[in-house]
Amino acid sequence: MSESVYDRIGGEAAMDAAVDLFYRKVLADARINEFFDGVDMERQAAKQKAFLTMALGGPHNYTGKDMRAGHAHLVARGLNDSHFDAVMENLGATLNELGVPDELIAEAAAIAESTRNDVLGR
Amino acid sequence: MTQVTFQGEQFLLHEQETVLDCLLRNGIAIPNSCRSGICQTCLMEAVSGKVPAVAQKGLKQAWREQQYFLACTCVPEQNIEAALPDEQTVPHIKAEVLSKKYLNKQIIRMRLRSLQPLDYQAGQFIHLQHADDRTLIRSYSLASVPTLDQVLEIHVRRVPNGRMSGWLHQQCQPGQQLLLSGPHGDCYYIPGQEQQGLLLLATGSGLAPIWGILRDALQYNHQGPIRLFHGGLNGSDLYLVDELRELADEYRQFAYFPCLDGDSVDEEIAAAPELFYPGRVQDQALNIQPDLKGWRVYLCGNPDMVNQAKRKAFMAGAALTEIHADPFVTAHNKQADGLTV
Repeated sequence: MSESVYDRIGGEAAMDAAVDLFYRKVLADARINEFFDGVDMERQAAKQKAFLTMALGGPHNYTGKDMRAGHAHLVARGLNDSHFDAVMENLGATLNELGVPDELIAEAAAIAESTRNDVLGR
Repeated sequence: MTQVTFQGEQFLLHEQETVLDCLLRNGIAIPNSCRSGICQTCLMEAVSGKVPAVAQKGLKQAWREQQYFLACTCVPEQNIEAALPDEQTVPHIKAEVLSKKYLNKQIIRMRLRSLQPLDYQAGQFIHLQHADDRTLIRSYSLASVPTLDQVLEIHVRRVPNGRMSGWLHQQCQPGQQLLLSGPHGDCYYIPGQEQQGLLLLATGSGLAPIWGILRDALQYNHQGPIRLFHGGLNGSDLYLVDELRELADEYRQFAYFPCLDGDSVDEEIAAAPELFYPGRVQDQALNIQPDLKGWRVYLCGNPDMVNQAKRKAFMAGAALTEIHADPFVTAHNKQADGLTV
């Protein structure tokens, strides 16, 4: 049984470095940072960690319903495919910066991609 | 069978059941999301009883010390009483006002003697209750250091139309008895990393906890660079200026930067350019120290400054767990919590 990307990049210990990096990229990205304005940063970082854990195939309990409910108010504010794409880009760049090989990045991208319709409420 | 008490009611936990599942099962709507101990939506506080270490994983040290935990991963081994983190405790500790003194035109220093020992860290805050109107409770940060000062000290800014600050400034006199509760908050010095850079930013009476944290750090013999930026519109908004300059002279690792941001500061600064810095504390601080990787940051005072500075500090490399923010929100400018995903 093959290990998840999460395990292969170092599991939970690797997550904290990944989260800081990813969250900084998101906050610096003008295409999406408005969705993160005024939000409690600790809470937001914790959710990024949960997202990254999930995207990397790590242990999580998110359901499609959670993703749908959690983003509904952002969809109401105009969250769309372009924003989802931007987040995906930042995810890829983060993993790249952490030295994760391309095939693993592709695996992570596929998992994240599978949440698109739930996140965008379709 | 272990039990969890919440808002006065006791609930029996099933075998291996988490606090979150137990409370949800009993119809109590505890906020939650990932149910995996990561997103921290289900953050609670153990008011009594100890929680297992796994239920505190990922929380910053100050929160762990205050017995915060994640309900979704908490399978208690002993009975606990849990509360949501924002619940106020009713002030019940008796205290007496010892002295009042103006530090500048709008800020008074009040010294209090609490009749019961208050076990606090410099920089934490207390809830103070108005002596006549029991529903009027406000938070004030402690400027005193338990190992240095025998009394509690707070700095109270006169808030326009502020009911509590108005009372404290005018009617409240030495000898006045009042009730307080605490300590609260995670804005305090944590020894153990004496080489770490400390960045202290304050506006107005936000200097109170910073004054405490600074003196606490120095008496712990903190060796790393300590930089304090205190901001106001004009020179008259600042205070403890001489005391801070004296400390900067005495301790080589400590540097003090009074910052002025008002419209008419140019003349003040031109008159004494070596004394004041222009602009806002969050901008000056990042000018002087653009790389905050490895630093610990304390932010106290105006909520706009605190929120902006937090973000700037994070983007400059400081880890979120190393940023301690204490925004001074007045009753009039309480903002709703930002929408969370």
